[in-house]
Amino acid sequence: MALLELRNVTKCYNSASTALSDVSFSVREGEFVSVIGPSGAGKSTMLRCINRMIEVTGGEIYFDGVIVSKLNKRDLRKLRTKIGMIFQHYNLVDRLTVIENVLHGRLGYKSTLAGVLGRYSQEEKGQAFRIIKFLGLNEQVYSRCDQLSGGQKQRVGIARALVQNPKMILCDEPIASLDPNASKIIMDHLRNVSTGMGITMIVNLHQVNVALKYSDRIIGVNKGKVVFDGSPAELTPERIYDIYGSESGDLIVDLGERNAS
Amino acid sequence: MQADIFIKRRNGGLLFFASLAILTAGSMIITEYDVLKGFTSIAGALIWGFSNFYPDAGSMQKLGDIMLKLRETVLMSIASTTVAAVFAILLALAGSRTTRMNNLFSVAARGIASVFRNIPLVAWAMVLMLAFSQSPLTGYLALFFGSLGFLARAFMETIDEVSNNSVEALQATGAGYFHIIFQAVLPSSMPQMISWLLYMIETNIRDATLVGILTGTGIGFSFELYYKSLNYHAASLVVILIVITVIVIESISNKIRRVIL
Repeated sequence: MALLELRNVTKCYNSASTALSDVSFSVREGEFVSVIGPSGAGKSTMLRCINRMIEVTGGEIYFDGVIVSKLNKRDLRKLRTKIGMIFQHYNLVDRLTVIENVLHGRLGYKSTLAGVLGRYSQEEKGQAFRIIKFLGLNEQVYSRCDQLSGGQKQRVGIARALVQNPKMILCDEPIASLDPNASKIIMDHLRNVSTGMGITMIVNLHQVNVALKYSDRIIGVNKGKVVFDGSPAELTPERIYDIYGSESGDLIVDLGERNAS
Repeated sequence: MQADIFIKRRNGGLLFFASLAILTAGSMIITEYDVLKGFTSIAGALIWGFSNFYPDAGSMQKLGDIMLKLRETVLMSIASTTVAAVFAILLALAGSRTTRMNNLFSVAARGIASVFRNIPLVAWAMVLMLAFSQSPLTGYLALFFGSLGFLARAFMETIDEVSNNSVEALQATGAGYFHIIFQAVLPSSMPQMISWLLYMIETNIRDATLVGILTGTGIGFSFELYYKSLNYHAASLVVILIVITVIVIESISNKIRRVIL
């Protein structure tokens, strides 16, 4: 059964510009899906429509058996606790420590007073410490986030998403601000989380070769439309041309590794 | 093409300075301000100042009285500024683009802040005088209203500048409005807010002198009393003490800033 399904989703910012037009696809539980496409194609908008950070103009989104657009404020909060989110710029509270930022992932489960005062239970703290250790940040637990490197900050972002106990994690360009080394660490973690914990991943990416290497499935978006939806093996140079509108020879894409194997 | 841009730049610059010169000359002619006389009279003023406007042994007897008034003024400035800051935070949260609940509140909050900010302190003092006559409360309220408008604006910009990203992240975890305010917005913007608060206290101690002259309270009243009774030695002592106080407060707040920022 599909965990997530988009049916004819449309998003217009105003009458002139359409960010998404008639987007339909579904994602199975535990699947690792990469979304690729040129800048401004609507990748970010699509991701944010799923957890309603942006309201859709038309069409429907089903997640875990509920229609996302019909939820009231309270149920929307409940839905969002089941969907983690990771950002290009990490979006941490820089002046707080790693553990405090990670525990922010629990706020969706908290009453107003407990959340405002930052009162977390022993189990929650224990879980946060385990996740931090799992991601290799145990030396930085009490460091302030503005002292961390980009790769470490992104791992805090992953930890904050994981502590929610999510069914799915949305990743908006998670490695676009990272060096190749940190990028690999982050992508490996995302892949491990997906495979090991069965958490569904939707990852917006700029690097086609990274998408090829890590994904179960790739969705190509151009001008708000889904122009490719298939396995990495099906993403031929011609299809890359459809997505990016240029010959793959002109792009800095290394298909050699896959062709060789 | 390229040369055109440079010519355009040059002409723009010339035009700007020409307009500035005309504006200056025009205002001088209309107000009959004589530059030469203005500058030459500075020397005369200095000579008068050095021969009359200095504290002597007699004025030292007034030191106790003056210190008492000075303390009143400093405490009044601190009290009015800190209370104004509390209300300014509420206005800023309602008015900021990042944290506003809805558009109507936001426009209302911005409007209130703008009105308070744009009425000059002197006008506040005069208007409040009619209501409360000459009393410390008048001075206190005048400083309070002025600070409220300024701080609300400064806090709004601080919030927008500092916490946009982390607010998005916490919304995505399902955190509620008050969670986000207390766990993300306030922790990230507090140091800058405190910095603005310290600046406002410094400014208010200076302004309290002027307000005091108008409302007959605090150090401003002492100054006016001595000045009008031609006791220039005591009046000069007042001025010197104000300057010392402001410098001391400034250096203390600079130290605090260095620690928190």
